[in-house]
Amino acid sequence: MAKTGVLIELGDGKVKETNFGVLTAARGASGDNEVCAFVMNADAEAIKSELSAYGASKIVNITSSGDLGASPDLQAASLAAAAKEYGLDALLGLFSATGRDIFARVAAIMDEPMISDCISVDIDGKTGVKSHFSGKTFATIKLDCGIMLATVRPNAIEPAEASVDAEVISFSPSVENNSTVKIIEVKKGGTEKLDLTEAPVIVTGGRAIKASENYKMLEECAALLGAAVGASRAAVDAGYAPHSMQVGQTGKTVSPKLYIACGVSGAVQHFAGMKTSKIIVGINTDKDAPIFAKCDYGIVGDIFEVVPALTEALR
Amino acid sequence: MKICVCIKHVPDTAANIKLAGEQGFEDSECKFVVNPYDEYGLEESVSLVEKNGGEVVVVTVGKEAATATIRSAMAMGAHRAILVKTEGQFLDSALTCKALKAAIEKDGTPDIIFTGKGSVDTEGFQTQYRLAAALGIPVVNEVSKLTVDGSKAVMERETGSGEREVVEMTLPGIIGATKGLNEPRYPKFPDIMKAKKKPIDVIPLSDLGIDEGAGKSVLVKLEATPERSGAKMLEGSVTEQVAQLVKILKEEEKVI
Ligand SMILES: Cc1cc2nc3c(=O)[nH]c(=O)nc-3n(C[C@H](O)[C@H](O)[C@H](O)COP(=O)(O)OP(=O)(O)OC[C@H]3O[C@@H](n4cnc5c(N)ncnc54)[C@H](O)[C@@H]3O)c2cc1C
Repeated sequence: MAKTGVLIELGDGKVKETNFGVLTAARGASGDNEVCAFVMNADAEAIKSELSAYGASKIVNITSSGDLGASPDLQAASLAAAAKEYGLDALLGLFSATGRDIFARVAAIMDEPMISDCISVDIDGKTGVKSHFSGKTFATIKLDCGIMLATVRPNAIEPAEASVDAEVISFSPSVENNSTVKIIEVKKGGTEKLDLTEAPVIVTGGRAIKASENYKMLEECAALLGAAVGASRAAVDAGYAPHSMQVGQTGKTVSPKLYIACGVSGAVQHFAGMKTSKIIVGINTDKDAPIFAKCDYGIVGDIFEVVPALTEALR
Repeated sequence: MKICVCIKHVPDTAANIKLAGEQGFEDSECKFVVNPYDEYGLEESVSLVEKNGGEVVVVTVGKEAATATIRSAMAMGAHRAILVKTEGQFLDSALTCKALKAAIEKDGTPDIIFTGKGSVDTEGFQTQYRLAAALGIPVVNEVSKLTVDGSKAVMERETGSGEREVVEMTLPGIIGATKGLNEPRYPKFPDIMKAKKKPIDVIPLSDLGIDEGAGKSVLVKLEATPERSGAKMLEGSVTEQVAQLVKILKEEEKVI
């Protein structure tokens, strides 16, 4: 039985869905690991039941005299202190923009090896499987470590509930922080849309979308699926969509349970960002488009006919 | 102003990766390039030095073959380079950090160190953080906008669905570059010729007292990603195909 910590990410005070897969992984193969969930300056009582439903028996609220939110180094130092305080064998988190930044800082502070962006983790074996070479290969990495540090690709591990009794604890580490890195402002994206990396379903429009206003057609379909809308690089480069919507090697890496690619040819660099999706559907006018060799279900057809029909069928 | 830019010699993302044995690939058979994210760091370094004067030093940890990649970085405007030469294909991030630290300290600490946000081969996303901790300087990664004002850097990084953080730190520091920071230049023929004459200082890893086999992050197995064997193509009219798809996704795959 190992003792595993998970750094929980919140959005507007709520637990992001993607944390539940990480909590599931933290329970280990036998399912009997002791799981501590760490939050920072949060209302831990309010989220206790959600976290304990996935096996967290301790909810540790890390508080600090300094401005935790503005200092990634203070967050990392506090988390490293918590890992020591609770005698963790492993500490897991999300490979999200925030998670990967904090974890890399923790690894550097603790001088421990770390595996980034795992699609599976074996806590007892201190190993993880991750992509190498833009999704073309999987690497199994084993750590020779005091504590296993790993981040998990959002949605890569299927969440499974396992309810336990939980207690809420407050932890105020005394850490020295003389880092000059300071977050001075957070600029909102303007939309309150679900982030691509967190979405359970994604509908992507490629170059074939032809104009930014045509994404509305995809948004209508996406709304019925609880999906986020993505774009290929060709669509971003053509100015149809912002870079924040780009999926692929130079965009976001996503792993939803369903990925619907509309008018996307299926370039390796696009696949680098969505290859680990559970089910991939391709819609393309060209029956020889490379995507059909690499997806699960294909429809040969014009997206301007197929997508509205799909939206209709979902209604 | 002295800027170091850490550049990794990586297979082109379009290259086919042919596996060799349990833990390696045929690196003599594929095209290598400057890690695409490092290119943004390189472009930023070169344009900062064009504006403010100074020099851009490329620091690479990699095999002898990396000299070709270093030459292309020099064609983009870097002045000289240090190659810490390794024998194996993979060196873990903690050892890479040690090698970079030793090479950079030996050369004299720069005002700014640029890296990419991550490398497209091993996708580890951590070396720059380890280097910052080892050198005792701050680091900000995934930077898509930068303003340098004396000894202060103000940066933006994308954190969510279009959300951006504005972050500042004092220099010297490490900046991990990503798309959006700039448009890397295409070197012109005379620059490519000039690059051939620029100096590369080659230091074997062992000369820095680093044991290549001492990595604590060990690659146990490298295998091809399981490929889908081709799509099940749906048939019939558009309405029929869509109806079939919805049924499959709901009833068989249970994903919606
Ligand atoms: C270093 C590097 C990094 C890269 N990073 C990324 C990345 O992060 N993400 C990414 O996506 N790409 C990336 N690329 C680019 C990638 O190689 C492709 O160029 C890009 O993915 C193509 O986008 P696309 O499929 O939308 O466009 P295209 O390749 O032009 O494909 C459009 C497809 O739409 C089909 N089509 C046209 N009209 C219709 C219609 N009405 N209905 C249905 N189908 C239609 C066509 O048959 C075609 O297959 C990168 C490239 C490099 C070199």
